[in-house]
Amino acid sequence: MNIFQFLFKSSLGRKYIMAVTGAALVVFVIGHMVGNLSFLLGREEINAYGHFLHTKPELLWATRIGLLVMIVLHIWSAIALSAANKAARPVGYAVQKSNGSSYASRTMLMSGLIVFCFIVYHLLHFTVQAPAVNLTGKDFGTLIDSEGRRDIYSMIVLGFSRPAIAIFYMVGVGLLSLHLSHGVSSLFQSLGLRSKGYAPLINCAATVLAVVLIIGYWSIPLSVLTGLKK
Amino acid sequence: MNLDAKIPSGPLEKKWDKHRLDMKLVNPANKRKFEVIVVGTGLAGAGAAASMAELGYGVKAFCYQDSPRRAHSIAAQGGINAAKNYQNDGDSVYRLFLDTLKGGDFRAREANVYRLAQVSVNIIDQCVAQGVPFAREYSGMLANRSFGGAQVSRTFYARGQTGQQLLLGAYQALERQIGLGKVKMFPRTEMLDLVLVDGHAKGIVVRDLVTGEISSHAADAVILATGGYSNVFYLSTSAKGCNVTAIWRAYKRGAAMANPCYTQIHPTCIPVSGDHQSKLTLMSESLRNDGRVWVPKAKGDKRPAHDIPETERDYFLERKYPSYGNLAPRDISSRAAKEACDDGRGVGPGGLGVYLDFADSVKRLGETGIREKYDNLFAMYETITGENAYKQPMRIYPAVHYTMGGLWVDYNLQSNIPGLFVLGEANFSDHGANRLGASALMQGLADGYFIAPYTLGNYFATNKIPRPTVGHPEFKRVGDEVNARTKKFLSIKGKRSTTSFHRELGKLMWNNCGMARTKASLETNLRDIPALREEFWKNLNVLGETNSLNQSLEQAGRVADFLEFGELLSRDALLREESCGGHFRSEYQTPDGEAQRDDDHFAHVSAWEYQGENQTPVMHKEPLVYEEIKMSQRSYK
Amino acid sequence: MNLTLKVWRQKNRSAAGEFATYQARDIIPDMSFLEMLDVVNEEILAQGHEPFAFDSDCREGICGACSLVINGIPHGGNKGVTACQLHMRHFHDGQTITIEPWRASAFPVDRDLITDRTAFDRIIASGGFISAHTGGAPDGNALPVSKPDADKAMDAAACIGCGACVAACKNASAMLFVAAKVSHLGLLPQGQAERYDRVVKMVETMDNEGFGNCTVTGACEAVCPKEISLEFIGRLNRDYLVGSLKK
Repeated sequence: MNIFQFLFKSSLGRKYIMAVTGAALVVFVIGHMVGNLSFLLGREEINAYGHFLHTKPELLWATRIGLLVMIVLHIWSAIALSAANKAARPVGYAVQKSNGSSYASRTMLMSGLIVFCFIVYHLLHFTVQAPAVNLTGKDFGTLIDSEGRRDIYSMIVLGFSRPAIAIFYMVGVGLLSLHLSHGVSSLFQSLGLRSKGYAPLINCAATVLAVVLIIGYWSIPLSVLTGLKK
Repeated sequence: MNLDAKIPSGPLEKKWDKHRLDMKLVNPANKRKFEVIVVGTGLAGAGAAASMAELGYGVKAFCYQDSPRRAHSIAAQGGINAAKNYQNDGDSVYRLFLDTLKGGDFRAREANVYRLAQVSVNIIDQCVAQGVPFAREYSGMLANRSFGGAQVSRTFYARGQTGQQLLLGAYQALERQIGLGKVKMFPRTEMLDLVLVDGHAKGIVVRDLVTGEISSHAADAVILATGGYSNVFYLSTSAKGCNVTAIWRAYKRGAAMANPCYTQIHPTCIPVSGDHQSKLTLMSESLRNDGRVWVPKAKGDKRPAHDIPETERDYFLERKYPSYGNLAPRDISSRAAKEACDDGRGVGPGGLGVYLDFADSVKRLGETGIREKYDNLFAMYETITGENAYKQPMRIYPAVHYTMGGLWVDYNLQSNIPGLFVLGEANFSDHGANRLGASALMQGLADGYFIAPYTLGNYFATNKIPRPTVGHPEFKRVGDEVNARTKKFLSIKGKRSTTSFHRELGKLMWNNCGMARTKASLETNLRDIPALREEFWKNLNVLGETNSLNQSLEQAGRVADFLEFGELLSRDALLREESCGGHFRSEYQTPDGEAQRDDDHFAHVSAWEYQGENQTPVMHKEPLVYEEIKMSQRSYK
Repeated sequence: MNLTLKVWRQKNRSAAGEFATYQARDIIPDMSFLEMLDVVNEEILAQGHEPFAFDSDCREGICGACSLVINGIPHGGNKGVTACQLHMRHFHDGQTITIEPWRASAFPVDRDLITDRTAFDRIIASGGFISAHTGGAPDGNALPVSKPDADKAMDAAACIGCGACVAACKNASAMLFVAAKVSHLGLLPQGQAERYDRVVKMVETMDNEGFGNCTVTGACEAVCPKEISLEFIGRLNRDYLVGSLKK
């Protein structure tokens, strides 16, 4: 059995793919949040951060391609595993009980798919800057600050000025956090890194991470909606 | 009837070695030409099936459960004896032999018991190699505990699940051979008859319990490892499915049934709670290591246990048997409990119970110490009774637990039918009139791993009879009989359920042939059981079809056999006019109420020969010849 | 007390099944759940109908035969016990109880509440053993086993192979069962020689039998009558990773 056979064909190999890609995506989500929090510091900081990223296209594109591969593999393994899971129980129970499982753990596929839709929108909204999706009638690509850089600060303020969009973002992030509250602890289990002694710690860390992500990501649309940032 | 035990000559401790040398071997290349049928996949059956397959024989294994892993050996809790002397407390093969023989009230064969003690040490090694997670000391060495009927610590254990772990070891060895294609496994398949060709056992007729299909299987030899017949009492600690059918059908084909009256009552079971009860649950005898058995001194004392002061308690086992105390053998402990209850001093609902008190041990070892040893048993007790035994004493009462009798076998574990081998609880061989705790597992594995693989080889090497095909007329004839019988159950269309007959039989057996038997009570059974049987065949109600999964039909077949077997058991008990081990005849007791053996008249094995439907069977005697030791009065005082 | 039972009835593997409703009358709290079913079955028989079939054998929680999903919970939800050890004192008068078989494509229904669990046997046959043939074993004390290792191996070995883990898992995954055996044997020094080979083979069979995947919901651990820990699945994942890299 070569490594590809084992990774892509066996049930556990697919779980390893899901765990490793999931871990990589979590690292990105954390980094993305830390970078974006510079918005709270002010126009100068976030625009400088954006400028920095765009002056390093090799880094930017390596990250983008890497993320794309991770997302594709993550979703592929999710679909493959879910299909097998569905086939494993063709007839369900008349009385359904959770049997001690958490809501997050039972809804991973659904939360994952919604988050995926959210990400697609997010990319169209802020990365591709398709005017059709931002509901402001403006083209974000034309926003330039006083130093001739892309004015990311204004884009965010404008982007979240529509409450519906801000709320959609918050729901998306909420689902992402729900997904990760189970996913992070689960990835340790899938990679065999969760022992009985560390399990409570890992579970706790996953919950803390989920809460931190909510606070961090929500602070941006909330600061716009409440008028703190304009 | 030929009842030659074929005990090898020579000194006791050399017999087995000598015999192994004397036995003929089958050339490794020829082994695959021989096929063995193994019925039952408990310790003896799975052990034999795996070991025979490892040697190269072709094996077909059958069990009525959905998986060989569920055979009732799994329920043995306490442990397995072996003369390892790891504790340096003076144990030896000879001492284990003596203890077992004495525990069996000198009603077993010397040579068989000695061999059992000899191979006990190999069993432990084998099981450890298979990965049985025996309890360990902090040094990493194997731990031991003591058990009833012994003054040394020689019992190996895996928490309270020793039987399960040993069975899983044997089951895994068996599954390995199934995976290798050496064993063909037939789960949910019940043996319904034995087929003899030219006087040799050459096959069986079975029913597939899922499809209902009845089919024949031919082989060069047949091994029955189908366990005991405790369920003739309806309530016992056996699994619901345990039955006498396989050995009973073999008996009806000419195999001798030996000592059916030797049944063991286990002293530490959870008392019966009502008429609905479907089985009894055992609490491991190992509990008696740390629990003290008592009843109130006063009759009808209804105070809760902790309100009865020390001076008003009767620790009757410690009082009557000071040197063994709470570790007196099972038959003696059970009877002492029954006496206390008959005396009106029983505790709990109905007064059918005695206390097993851990208060002193909790003081000595702490609750954690007790938890470490017995937690699962305490949990089980609480589950069933709703009572916490760390806080209040357990209530226990004796229950039928094991049957020492079974098909007669010689030293090779071969019955009087050539080619029919009987292993484990299904045979009568090693425990005499009473089995010591932790010896059943030992015997099952000894028979399966270390004895049958040798003696079957000898049978093959010395009997060159070609294996018949299932096309042989004898298979057709027996198959037709089985078919007819199966259909008959459905054709009666009476009013009463199988269970109601079984329960009624159980009451007759327990009341008249249980812990204490008398001539009158046994004669009652000889009158009432045939009457009940007659009603069974007129008024049985079984619905459904023969060609589908039909549990009522399975039950009916088993109960029909119990209804015949119960009569034989009672008859055997009637003829054995002495008390020994598990067989206690009230007429034969010492002035202080102990069992009174009669070695002059009853130092023999009773082997029953079937004479035909509704004919009185004939009893043959195999004298028990003791070359090495003298029979003596058992004393645990 | 009196109860209403909704019991799954199915004639054979290929037949369609449906629920049938029965009344359980005069049930006393000391009865076990299976004894209650016995009582109901006796009544069904007396009324001229065929009783429903369900698996049970030892009735003391160790053989693993009983396999009932009771009100949506395998073995009925009393922590650490099988259905045969569930007692009626945990139910109340007038309650409706729905009883279903294990549901998994790897465990087809043979009749009513009885399923075919031989898939588990095939998993064991593919590697769940130590290849120690009879005879020739060294002395039992030749290989010391540390007490913590022996205890942990015993924790895993306590599995009774009932399949409740599969029944409870939303994916009908057999990971807890496989993990228990892999851990039992993999924790012991005797089991090292075949440790990685064993895990790869057992997982392969598990996949081929059509069980689902572990998504770490923990339902298996919650219903396991022997309270086998989810931790062992982590061990299985670890051993499989090493095992497949070694291949």
